[in-house]
Amino acid sequence: MDNLLLMMAPLFSSKLLIVLIFGTLFGLILGVLPGLGPTTGGALILPFTMTLDPLSAIVLLTSIYCAGTYGGAITAVLINTPGTPAAAATCLDGYPLAQKGEAGRALGMATVSSTVGGIFSVIVLVFFAPVLAQLAYEFGQPEYFALAIFGLTMLASIGEGSPIKNLIAGAFGILISTIGKDFMTSIDRFTYGINELSVGIGFIPVVVGLFAISEMLTQSTLLDQVFKRVALKAVKLPSLNDYKKTWKTILRSSGIGSFIGVLPAEGGTVASLIGYSEAKRFSKEPEEFGKGSIEGIAGAEAANNAATGGAMVPTLALGIPGSATTAVILTGLIIHGVRPGPDLFREQPDFLYGIFGAMLIANVLFFIFGFFGAKLFARITLVPNKILWPMIFAVSVCGTYSLSQSIIDVWIMLFFGVLGFFMRRFGFSVVPVIIGLILGELVEGTLRQSLVIFDGNWLMFLTRPIALTFFILSLIALTFPLLRSKKQKK
Amino acid sequence: MNNVRNKKRANKSLPFFFKDEFKVFFVIIFVSTILLVTTFTFDKVPPILNRGIQPATFPKGLLVLIMFLTAVIYYLSFKNPWKKEKKLPKPFFLTILSFILFIIISKTLDFFLAISVLSIFVSYNWGEKRIFYLLLVGILFPLVVFIFFEMILGLRFPPGIITNLYYY
Repeated sequence: MDNLLLMMAPLFSSKLLIVLIFGTLFGLILGVLPGLGPTTGGALILPFTMTLDPLSAIVLLTSIYCAGTYGGAITAVLINTPGTPAAAATCLDGYPLAQKGEAGRALGMATVSSTVGGIFSVIVLVFFAPVLAQLAYEFGQPEYFALAIFGLTMLASIGEGSPIKNLIAGAFGILISTIGKDFMTSIDRFTYGINELSVGIGFIPVVVGLFAISEMLTQSTLLDQVFKRVALKAVKLPSLNDYKKTWKTILRSSGIGSFIGVLPAEGGTVASLIGYSEAKRFSKEPEEFGKGSIEGIAGAEAANNAATGGAMVPTLALGIPGSATTAVILTGLIIHGVRPGPDLFREQPDFLYGIFGAMLIANVLFFIFGFFGAKLFARITLVPNKILWPMIFAVSVCGTYSLSQSIIDVWIMLFFGVLGFFMRRFGFSVVPVIIGLILGELVEGTLRQSLVIFDGNWLMFLTRPIALTFFILSLIALTFPLLRSKKQKK
Repeated sequence: MNNVRNKKRANKSLPFFFKDEFKVFFVIIFVSTILLVTTFTFDKVPPILNRGIQPATFPKGLLVLIMFLTAVIYYLSFKNPWKKEKKLPKPFFLTILSFILFIIISKTLDFFLAISVLSIFVSYNWGEKRIFYLLLVGILFPLVVFIFFEMILGLRFPPGIITNLYYY
């Protein structure tokens, strides 16, 4: 009962409500604009959160996350271009349905299923995160090391694209985290005599570079692309018949999304693809998929929004991000002096339940804004790239500079922008780099401390049951793509 | 489908060093080797202070892993060649050039001026020819962003010929 009251706290604080409304609107705009998204937006707004108290800051970031994930559906339905990668599966049926003159119905279903998926995942978060946090008390250094390895192998296994390329990207992310002074011995590594590199490479320049700047370069190759926008009169609530047809799909996808979200991977993107394919598998009309199936939209949208709450579970309970956007939220927590993990649940329940409540309210808010304002948000896509991207560049540069007030950070951002462009061009996902970067210190620190505990004996890892379980799961995660591709060949 | 097949075939006919697979393999192995050599220059901790492993061991392990996995994807590419990518268009190279200009101007002249020049340069080369919009993205918007960051975050931008006019 106390926790429920704590969850409702944002409703009774005018400041938090304003932050929530701003975050939801900002998230929707980011979600609507192809190429931008909650990860880039969260990274760009991070410096501004310094002017807020920790709860308001994290509420702002989480509301951007929830609304941004939904916002991608608007562009997916109206211009057949996913606003965010998580909305890619929504295009498959959203756009064909819109072409049939039912854009309002398609967006209505996307809005309702996103809201249900989002709320479902917050409920999972409220019940599951404290349990996981309690479990984390059993974890020592070896267990955390094994868990981080498991996270990275899962990311490689179920993330988008080639698992081996994902592993390379993840290892590269960890390698970036080793730049600067070694935290145990203060010995310089990869600094090449540049003083600014002694403190390491910041998270924000890398995120903004890999997401915003590399997207700017991608847009420079797509200038001749013409979008065909479908007309939208108004968003329509789904009919009773639509609800009857889709309620099972929405619930199933909500469950899938929440589960996939908990695993460290590309959260919503993978969740929506699995949610969509499962909706097709269970559908009575699978032949309608790809031609404007309302179940297809429900399956994809419920899953991608359900991944938001799921991804927050390991972020808050263990300090291990479940997606690229939660990696930004994790950075926000650390910047504001909040250390995620089991102690957070014991010492600051008001803070945690405030976040849970804010996520719940954000899901309701984007339903309202999406329902009444989708037409207006869709107009944002009319801003031409030749105007929009130079503006995004100006904000990216100032945002990156502002955190450490270092011009080197801006150059690092540009470097990672170019690198990110070529990585994406050759099929390497940039998300593992982000997760690797944020997990790098944990991986190295726990490995080295474990070896101190074990007196340098690596085999001692196998004597710890929890660590051994994670290693076995990691092996399964690594062999899973091989088995899957063999099965597909058969 | 035919298109993809043709593209794959086109890629197959190229000498191996022109193929994307080889270029990516070469770049990763080359950079990793340089970094691996660098790790041998890291200071060593005396055994009495050493906790666990030397500071160079972990990055060395990572680099070896990256090189091994890169060799694996290159080997696999013989069986499944990558899709040949389209040639990069002129605006891409002009955008890269604008980044280089940005670095030079921000280092030598002014941070704000660098943002303005890049914005106008990119916008113009991406097809915007109307003066009003060029001024909007090149001067008005950066000015708003500059003042916004300065006032809200109390941020002090690096000194330069234009920024100094604002501060003094």
